[in-house]
Amino acid sequence: MNTGFMVIFRRDLLVAMRHRGDLANPIIFFFIVIVLVPLGLTPESSKLSEIAPGILWVMALLASLLSLDSLFQNDYDDGTLEQIIILPQPLYFMVLAKIIVHWLVTGLPLSLLAPILGMMLSLPDAGYPALVLSLLMGTAILSLLGAVGAALTLPLGKEGLLLPLIVMPLYMPVLIFGANSVQLAINGFSVIGPLAIIGSLLALSLIVTPYVTAGALRLSIQG
Amino acid sequence: MSDTNAFASNSSLMGILTLRDIEFHRNENLLFSGIDASLEFGDILQIEGPNGSGKTTLLRLITMALSPCLGEITWQGENITCIRERYLKNVLFLGHQPGLNESLSAEENLIWWRRLNKSNSLSDSDALKRTGLIKYKSIACSHLSAGQVRRAALARLHVAEAKLWILDEPFSALDKEGSRELKILILGHLSRGGIVVLSTHHDLEIKNMKRISLVSSRQVC
Repeated sequence: MNTGFMVIFRRDLLVAMRHRGDLANPIIFFFIVIVLVPLGLTPESSKLSEIAPGILWVMALLASLLSLDSLFQNDYDDGTLEQIIILPQPLYFMVLAKIIVHWLVTGLPLSLLAPILGMMLSLPDAGYPALVLSLLMGTAILSLLGAVGAALTLPLGKEGLLLPLIVMPLYMPVLIFGANSVQLAINGFSVIGPLAIIGSLLALSLIVTPYVTAGALRLSIQG
Repeated sequence: MSDTNAFASNSSLMGILTLRDIEFHRNENLLFSGIDASLEFGDILQIEGPNGSGKTTLLRLITMALSPCLGEITWQGENITCIRERYLKNVLFLGHQPGLNESLSAEENLIWWRRLNKSNSLSDSDALKRTGLIKYKSIACSHLSAGQVRRAALARLHVAEAKLWILDEPFSALDKEGSRELKILILGHLSRGGIVVLSTHHDLEIKNMKRISLVSSRQVC
């Protein structure tokens, strides 16, 4: 296995474990919104189950977006990023390691928590496998695409709505196919189609986005 | 070592690390131009100049974080952009920002860094002992003082195998004792045939030191 990948992977996991409080933020956000929906709309389970797939997916997307700021910002501020960029190692794998850790601490817990929240929105039973599967793959795509936006907006600091503006259009296909797969599963149709499309999007972004992110990071330290 | 021999004829003419007619513009303003330098193994180069004159920028050109607008930097006779990985294996850079994660301890920061760089057999705790941080090795860097953080970054100098050290204001925040130790460290590296490029306002009193003096960019414009 690539040394750069393994070292950065371990380092970032360790850093993430030291910031357990920050880790919980997107999950708490996800949780709060899902708890509020029945209170704000209607507690009637037939109506809730209709909108549940969409709400769950939109909130997972927003929660993932919330956590993007932190992906490179600390490393940029404390000079680690510069140290990493001038290493005689391919930046591609080190960036990939960072993104995978980001998914492990945001996307993965969100996906695993989703069935519990689905229950609160009385999601029909048939929807659960599709929900978890589509979220597992979908949130990984969100992390990969989000990394590009995070790297591009790095020199701007934490201010600004530029990051959501850049990544939102890229997120849309993921949201459409993700929510659609859950809906199809509830209505008793095969979910292989939309899941295959999400899978291919994942494969594509897994290959392409670390390259683009690495390029954007190289630009960011030239400021 | 075979590289050294292969380009011996070239490098005897132009030095191991050479900067030729380097020019750099920032936001279309000329920062510096016509920078020339030639360094052999065992040489030290000090970059001086007032604040904002481009000292850090020049150092970052040598680390390849930036690339010059004009001119070329060569390592053993070859343009560094052509031999990126081979060149960077020889480079150790310590910048203004130390590159230490606040939530990790000095030891943890040293461990990940040395795994990614060529390093010698000195153990992590010995390196920290030599920088005087052994008592604080498990404390998160956010709890260390500015001088201690600088020392934690300097621990890398003890374990690095890199031939070329590029140090940006390495003496800032260090106390007298720390400055003295760092100077000894630099002298030791030079005597082993290393090359040091540093920016500092200190007078180092090292013999045969080469200097580049940058002028304030405002005067140039």
